[in-house]
Amino acid sequence: MAKIQLNGRKLELSSKYSISALLKKYKIDSKKIAVELNGKIINRNKYKLTYIKNKDKVEIVHFIGGG
Amino acid sequence: MNKDIFKVGNQISKSRLIVGTGKYKNFKETAKAIKASGANIVTVAVRRINILDKKKPLLTDYLNPKLIKYLPNTAGCFNADESLRTLRLAREMGGWKMVKLEVLGDKKTLYPNMIETLKATKVLVKEGFKVLVYCSDDPLLAKELEYLGATAVMPLASPIGSGQGIQNKINLSIIIRNAKVPIIIDAGIGTASDATIAMELGCDGVLVNTAIAKSKNPVLMAESFKNAVISGRQSFLAVRMKKLFYANASSPLKGII
Repeated sequence: MAKIQLNGRKLELSSKYSISALLKKYKIDSKKIAVELNGKIINRNKYKLTYIKNKDKVEIVHFIGGG
Repeated sequence: MNKDIFKVGNQISKSRLIVGTGKYKNFKETAKAIKASGANIVTVAVRRINILDKKKPLLTDYLNPKLIKYLPNTAGCFNADESLRTLRLAREMGGWKMVKLEVLGDKKTLYPNMIETLKATKVLVKEGFKVLVYCSDDPLLAKELEYLGATAVMPLASPIGSGQGIQNKINLSIIIRNAKVPIIIDAGIGTASDATIAMELGCDGVLVNTAIAKSKNPVLMAESFKNAVISGRQSFLAVRMKKLFYANASSPLKGII
């Protein structure tokens, strides 16, 4: 079990999650986002192999309207 | 006019109008207004995805980034580090190298923090970004951004979202005359005629968001801006008449009865 922070929200993951699995859990299209793990940008080719650990801080961002 | 090409970085654009995608009622309106504006480049912001609301529509569903050039911005960033973080994430998202740098210095005026802006520009250029930089209308700082390798320099006309129009024509004219990179007026444009004036001054392009999104009819206003920018550019290229102090009759006096 891992206690993490996802986009500023505290969250508990019941099993081992890769970034890919996390995106799948939340039905997020990996092509439309970027992921930062503990302040470091994760290359999209490494989503499958990057596992989320206890106390990790994950940020998932996308584009919204802006000037 | 056909040979009058607007080139920013490697991007050749038919339209000299860049449109922001914020503040619209919904994405449908955004898409309609952008289409009416004729813009080929739109600015977008980078934000956290809403984890809880999976059905929330996405901007990319309405504006296809393959058909229209996204220009990721750093709106909301108040120092160089925050803006670098944002633009690196934007680059990861879809390989966007052409970006808009906007480092704010003050919440009330949204005036740019030029010290941090210069710092961030330097790093971004080094990292291979093509940086379009929102900046103050100080001619020396605008030139400094060019020296640092900015792809385009984007001085404000007046505070962001204020709709106050062009407040310092002299400064903007000096910036334009001295520049070797495109000068795009960013921020403060209130209505179509402001865009025409900007183009008549010799700007290479105009970036507009609030003036379109917060008009009563954004789609119609978007079209109006399209025409205003074309009109201003044509007027600039045609070179206006000299101003005279006294009248000069339009009808010949010869043959008068």
